[in-house]
Amino acid sequence: MRKIALVGNPNTGKSSIFNLLTGLKQHVGNFPGVTVDKRTGSFSLPSNELVHVLDLPGTYSLFPRSEDERIVMEVLSDPAHPNHPELAVVVADLANLERNLLLYTQLNDLGIPSILAFTMPDMAEEKSIQTDLSKLSFHLGGVPVVEINGRTGQGIDHLKQLIESFQPPMRSVRFSTVELKSLINDPEAQIKDTEWRFGKIREILRKVQQSPPREKHKNFRSRLDDILVHPVWGYVIFIGILMLIFQFIFRFAEFPMNWIDGTFAAISHWIKANLPEGVLTNLLAEGVVPVIGGVVIFIPQIALLFFLLGLLEESGYMSRVVFIMDRLVRPFGLNGKSVVPLVSSVACAIPGIMAARTISSWKDRLITIMVAPLMSCSARIPVFTLLISLTIPEGTIWGVFNLKGTVLFGLYALGLVSALLAAWVFKLIIRSREPGFLLMEMPAYQWPRLKHIVMHVKEKVGIFIVDAGKVILAISIVLWALCSYGPSGRMDRAEEVFQTSPDAQTLTPDEFERKVNSVRLENSFIGIIGKAMEPAIRPLGYDWKIGIALLTSFAAREVFVGSMATIYSAGEDFEEKVSLLDRMRREVSPTTGLPIYTVASGVSLMVFYVYAMQCMSTLAVVRRETRSWKWPIIQMVYMGVLAYLAAWLTYSLLS
Amino acid sequence: MEGLSALPRLLSTFKSGERGVVNALASHGLTPKLVEMGVFTGKEVEVLFRAPFGGPIAIDVEGYILSLREDEAGLVLVDQKTN
Repeated sequence: MRKIALVGNPNTGKSSIFNLLTGLKQHVGNFPGVTVDKRTGSFSLPSNELVHVLDLPGTYSLFPRSEDERIVMEVLSDPAHPNHPELAVVVADLANLERNLLLYTQLNDLGIPSILAFTMPDMAEEKSIQTDLSKLSFHLGGVPVVEINGRTGQGIDHLKQLIESFQPPMRSVRFSTVELKSLINDPEAQIKDTEWRFGKIREILRKVQQSPPREKHKNFRSRLDDILVHPVWGYVIFIGILMLIFQFIFRFAEFPMNWIDGTFAAISHWIKANLPEGVLTNLLAEGVVPVIGGVVIFIPQIALLFFLLGLLEESGYMSRVVFIMDRLVRPFGLNGKSVVPLVSSVACAIPGIMAARTISSWKDRLITIMVAPLMSCSARIPVFTLLISLTIPEGTIWGVFNLKGTVLFGLYALGLVSALLAAWVFKLIIRSREPGFLLMEMPAYQWPRLKHIVMHVKEKVGIFIVDAGKVILAISIVLWALCSYGPSGRMDRAEEVFQTSPDAQTLTPDEFERKVNSVRLENSFIGIIGKAMEPAIRPLGYDWKIGIALLTSFAAREVFVGSMATIYSAGEDFEEKVSLLDRMRREVSPTTGLPIYTVASGVSLMVFYVYAMQCMSTLAVVRRETRSWKWPIIQMVYMGVLAYLAAWLTYSLLS
Repeated sequence: MEGLSALPRLLSTFKSGERGVVNALASHGLTPKLVEMGVFTGKEVEVLFRAPFGGPIAIDVEGYILSLREDEAGLVLVDQKTN
């Protein structure tokens, strides 16, 4: 089997060619020891021979300045590297040939057999740039060339033929006499070498390319930019687009999410009803199936968000957002590219953290990942709604602002401000070899390619299910076991005691079952831990029942509501059936006789949820994206400490 | 007639619409990257637009748009073109 690699600048349509070649036969893995994604795939040549293709990260030059670029250099310069290709397809944008050919000359000098694939013929035509490709090939020593239209797929069969019949050119050309590898640690020499290469490229292009004198009149691009990066309209439009995105996500994600929820509940139900009673059935019905459902339920949000972000990215608008936002977030140690991941985290931190992949500076990316879960995500909404209706009185502030609404707004603002401040602290703490920089290409505006975006969405969903799913599954099973089992027979004994008590006889079957569940949870391992930690959380205004809910909602924040319902043996739908709210309201402390849920303990609990890392799925994704347990653990600890301190402070101030 | 102004200026001081030819680059960790992205001595550049509050600058580098921060643009010395 032949091994080839795709190499090229970012924004050249390299991934279009990868998609066109491999279709659905592609896979995302990683290079050992680093956080760089490894995209591989395969396709067959006209002769049916199978070709293995590696899509290397986009780079402008082989001299590395980031982890991604280091991988490209390693793979290409070391013939013993397991991913070293026999043949490279160098992708070059016809509208920006000079800059794109630099990489080709470097590969050529490394002695890597190459084919030049030219993309964006339509863009070059629009700019009236005409290039004689066969003449260019001649001047480059006879390298095989092909023109590919990434939108129509035209030229892709020709590329396959060239790969099949590849013969190294007769004439070998060198563009620079200096050994590339010897320059890696010598920036001055790199500059000289690069300028030398550009000199040669310009000389060749003068002979083969005709481009018109630069036009001075306003074109489509500049008219659009006049609005989109305008000091006022630019921000107004950005906020407007964000609103639209959230409208879209909340409107369209809810339906499939409810459906997934219902389907998995039905499967659990079916298993319980149809399989013989026993540990295995319980594990399946109460452990495995709901857990898989808990992973699948994220897919609609992740898919929708990446679809919408894909539209922004593909159209070229995303780079304009980065452009207008960079200065505003820089004081906090963030990058213009951090803005969209952070804003996305208001829907869900998982896609937000995955979207941070576009930040090329490792330090900026890490800071973004570390603070993203502080943005108030949609899973916090049920917790906040329950606690606000429970503890915040009706009323208005200055006769205008609804008190409950103001509290909710305050919680969101607290999350945002905390994320920015945490980023600022991380900026001081995290050390980095690579200085942060913005320097980026602003791609031309173009119509988004739907197929491209769909592939991207699939890739992201796949990464989430396969890589994060494993971790989520493992943690969930442990949590489930802790909730479902107690020390030898303790849960059964407690259930028996309850069943024989006089109260039990007066309950309806529904109430009876809820009460049994409540008693069982109280006597499970997690119930025992919850009780044991009461002294630790009493300063925050919580009792052991809240302790249990805090522990169980580590699975996901919204589980808090369900756990509360179980503990108070009430229905979950607290808005319609007021029983849960009533029961919680009536709860008093056995030692003082005062109510448990007051304004102080309620706000303290909400503040706790603003800060605490109560989401194992996010932790699993952070592990996937940073390729280590170090960062998710640091994240959980720092957010946990903040949650405890802030909740304690809130309770102390309000009570 | 087109001509070059007498004294080169830092690219970071250029206003929208001002053009010039790269005269020299300061030595910095980022300089090789600037060169690789096409900003090298002799290259024509034009400032297209600037972000508010001292934010990044977008320049045209003979046919494509590069955006860079003010301090990054401060590495580039440009002979301004007058016409």
